Amino acid sequence: MTETTLAEICIRASAQAWKDDGEILATGIGLIPRIAAGLARLTVNTDLMMTDGETYLIAEPLPMGPRDSSNDVIEGYMSYSRVFDNLWGGKRHAMVTPTQIDQFAQTNISCIGDYDSPKVQLLGVRGFPGNFISHKNSIFIPSHSPKAFVEGEVDMVSGLGYKNQAAHPHKPEIVTVVTNLGVFDFNGPNHQLQLLSLHPGVTLEDVMTNTGFDVAVKSDELTPEPSPEELKIIRVILDPKNTRNAVFGE
Amino acid sequence: MNKIIKESDVLDHLSDGMTIGVGGWGARRKPMSLIRAICQSDLKDLTVVSYGGPDVGLLCAHHKIKKLIFGFVSLDMIPLDSHFRQARQKQELDVMELDEGMVQWGLRAASMKLPFLPTRVGMGTDVLTHNPGIKFITSPYADGEQLVAMPALKLDAALLHVNKSDERGNTQILGPDPFFDELFARAANKTFVTAEEVVDTAALGGKDGAIFNRFERSLVTGVIHAPCGAHPTSCAPNYGFDLEHLKVYSAAAKSFDEYKEQFVNGPHEHYLTAVGGEDKVNSIPLPQF
Repeated sequence: MTETTLAEICIRASAQAWKDDGEILATGIGLIPRIAAGLARLTVNTDLMMTDGETYLIAEPLPMGPRDSSNDVIEGYMSYSRVFDNLWGGKRHAMVTPTQIDQFAQTNISCIGDYDSPKVQLLGVRGFPGNFISHKNSIFIPSHSPKAFVEGEVDMVSGLGYKNQAAHPHKPEIVTVVTNLGVFDFNGPNHQLQLLSLHPGVTLEDVMTNTGFDVAVKSDELTPEPSPEELKIIRVILDPKNTRNAVFGE
Repeated sequence: MNKIIKESDVLDHLSDGMTIGVGGWGARRKPMSLIRAICQSDLKDLTVVSYGGPDVGLLCAHHKIKKLIFGFVSLDMIPLDSHFRQARQKQELDVMELDEGMVQWGLRAASMKLPFLPTRVGMGTDVLTHNPGIKFITSPYADGEQLVAMPALKLDAALLHVNKSDERGNTQILGPDPFFDELFARAANKTFVTAEEVVDTAALGGKDGAIFNRFERSLVTGVIHAPCGAHPTSCAPNYGFDLEHLKVYSAAAKSFDEYKEQFVNGPHEHYLTAVGGEDKVNSIPLPQF
């Protein structure tokens, strides 16, 4: 078996986010989060529900890349309308990749720069306002830098964070933040971003210089690598065509 | 009542400054033949409500939109629409940017003839900062919670694409996800539907077919026969989105005249020939996500 890659370490770390969720909808948006949700479903939380990325709930996680979908075992139905109904009830945990995130855990996928004359128009807020106020979320950032972890605040708050708690009673529940440098959460003092572990070869200084705000350190231990069984699930079942290693150019 | 009309007849029902809702989702089941008809018309200053895809982009490229009410604009496999981005970055349109669920709530409120529907969604975000017109309401019950009062999104017209219709406007959406087309139809004063096939009522499939009838014919003003009318977006189960065409469309943001001449100007039949014909479109496989 070849050496474990950074993508595989991130997948394994991300999968742990869904461990204590019970029977809810796991949504991983993007390659690493999606494989991670599948790994969670096959290891730490076998009760998770997942979709085919489109309209159906499927009994087993699907492999990445083209497949013969006539073999998919369908559990049920999950149109967009039903996703909205489900998520407002809170029975969902998504892992997403915002373009910007700040010290308050506020996230942005709308635009970069001044709102009225954006430098870069992105997707639009999509479901972030509803997701972050309604259910658990985790974050995957493939390129940990001050451009992603911005100084001050994000340019357009799409998902609410822990700011202005006095002004409104709502706060998000952000479970895990996985990046190419390490594993974090927002459970430091006053919901400060805090380091839980560093990936192999990454230093504390790498984290500090690549984050636009102060990071608390709960632990700087090494991020656990996938077990042989987890590696086999990732490599053989979930991503046999090895799409994952393109994420970091491995 | 026979409701069969042509794309160009829809223009008689539309006027400058109207609010128009477009069904479908991203690069899926958009009434593109109607969008192209609007692009060729003199219509202007439209307010458009959409789960946006190339419908929004193409209208932006033709400067038809004064204000866009949206949650996102995406071409699915191509995450961002170049024409929409360009219009936003050049400050060419006003926006009311909403959570995609708030869009649904606004359409639902309009459908139910309510002024608003309450929701928590939007709290703590810049959606409310940039939409100062959206007000709050306090729950009259013991919880006293302050909620967002999402205003009704009333439409002058809705434009939808479906798989089948009869001439009376009994429509069927056969793809697995009907998206929010029903709410667009209910929120609108008039709804115009393009259909892959126009069939006799008896050919709609009886009871088995009826579950695909997502809204009643009394909501439908006009039916246009438009085979492959959603191209380059998908129309499951008939055809997937045309990724190659969407790439050509995206690249045209740099210089639009050639694309416009080749793919926008002219009737739907002309467009179909330009993109390779019905058989070619119907052979585009459905995407896997």
